Amino acid sequence: MRTHPLGDAALLAELGTRLDTALNTRAIALAAALKKRRDVRQAIAGYASVTVHFDPDQTTHDALAAAIKRLASKRPPMSEPGRLHRIPVVYDGPDMEAVAATLGLPPAKIAEIHARPIYRVFLIGFVPGWAYLGPLPEELELPRRHVPRTKVPAGSVAIAGRQSGIYPLSTSGGWHLIGRTSVKLFLPDSDPPCLFRAGDRVKFFAARE
Amino acid sequence: MRVMKPGLFTTVQDLGRPNAISAGVPPGGAMDRFAHRAANLMAGNDEGAATLECTLSGPGLIALEPCLVAITGADFDPHVNDEPVQMWTSIFLSEGDELSFAGRRSGARAYIAVAGGIEGDRWLGSLSTYMLAARGGMHGRLLKAGDEIGIAGQPSAPAISGRQLAHALRPRYSDHTLHAIAGPHIKRLGAEGRKTLFGSPFSVSRDADRMGYRLEGPVLDASGDELLSFGLTAGAIQVPRSGQPILLMADHQTAGGYPVVATVASAAMPVAAQLLPGDEVTFAEVSIEAALRMRAAQRAALELLRS
Repeated sequence: MRTHPLGDAALLAELGTRLDTALNTRAIALAAALKKRRDVRQAIAGYASVTVHFDPDQTTHDALAAAIKRLASKRPPMSEPGRLHRIPVVYDGPDMEAVAATLGLPPAKIAEIHARPIYRVFLIGFVPGWAYLGPLPEELELPRRHVPRTKVPAGSVAIAGRQSGIYPLSTSGGWHLIGRTSVKLFLPDSDPPCLFRAGDRVKFFAARE
Repeated sequence: MRVMKPGLFTTVQDLGRPNAISAGVPPGGAMDRFAHRAANLMAGNDEGAATLECTLSGPGLIALEPCLVAITGADFDPHVNDEPVQMWTSIFLSEGDELSFAGRRSGARAYIAVAGGIEGDRWLGSLSTYMLAARGGMHGRLLKAGDEIGIAGQPSAPAISGRQLAHALRPRYSDHTLHAIAGPHIKRLGAEGRKTLFGSPFSVSRDADRMGYRLEGPVLDASGDELLSFGLTAGAIQVPRSGQPILLMADHQTAGGYPVVATVASAAMPVAAQLLPGDEVTFAEVSIEAALRMRAAQRAALELLRS
């Protein structure tokens, strides 16, 4: 494990560099353990890392880094399997034809492959309610679009690399849009204001409308 | 107070909602935390009370009741009833007094605190306006003409007019040197790239808002293996493939996968908050210890306003 300063009041603790469920489980457990400390203001799990915001009046970067190393070496407690969300998708996204052409697969097959696995929510971030889902089956692996869209409609179901995601709000975005869902991911009047949590599981299924 | 003129981009802000980061919601809050805190303390509030953050131009406000206010941050030439008034000083407004701003002289963001704190919608623990979700502050939007601004509560310290922060203790906004601490992916730049980052001038592009500033200038090469997304912080300097760095500000995206080559010291963020498109900026490398000394000096200056 390595730690790096992120300014004078935060640090990044890296558990690894691979997209890996076990590493992500450890990151989520480490973030939860760190949040209980009085000198920690906030701990956010990434794919395989934890970003820790701390109070420099109560601790130093080096002291906290040492404490994190001790915590990370402990075996994480057995974690409950995350909640399972079933998400209906209409597979008619504006990039479906182009994705089908690039991959040399018919759109129906792309939909079938995309809906096959149970995805893990690796982390929540980027914009409110966005969840990084993975791993996407290798057959659908594509680099991001060369030119990102300035406006992606909310509810768009997208893929890039070995990941999938759903745009919770209308934002800019560089992923390939293969479908859409009516499920709301950003719930501004709930607390927490999002449907998914890190560690949850997601199953897509094809829907007509 | 009643809003006669809203100003270009005036929002209610406090110290943000750090607990919402894990839901992907930006921490938000005042861009210039020093000016925000100082304005509150001069008005007799806790430093976390909500203030008005005024970008590029100030509003026109009429006091509907007598109140104590303080104006800090960028200099927009404040006036009360057409008479110029001092910034960084608490001033008393009588019922019917009009607070207005003649025009921008320097900086980007001015802060107006009112004794008792500005009232607003609380969302996820904060009154800060977050326009993308249309939540917080004045119903999640900019101030508009005709709005009435309420007072949230009682000030925590006695209302004293003339409470002032000495010139020497105010941030040196005209010095666009941003002290920064080397970040997780600094090695990707190599020795030459590191020299370019710390020392070469960059300019703030037109793409600069509460989320962050895209900078223009020498191209940095931080290429390497794709990174897995990780949690970000305000002040982080990301280098995307274009090589033109991005400085993250209060409403930054909460996670991302671009290399972070350095992070601006928290004590230098008030200066960053006052930058405008076209401004030239230089990053100067500092140690964590030096950054914490700068932070302690700012805290000591604010402490003087409590006494």
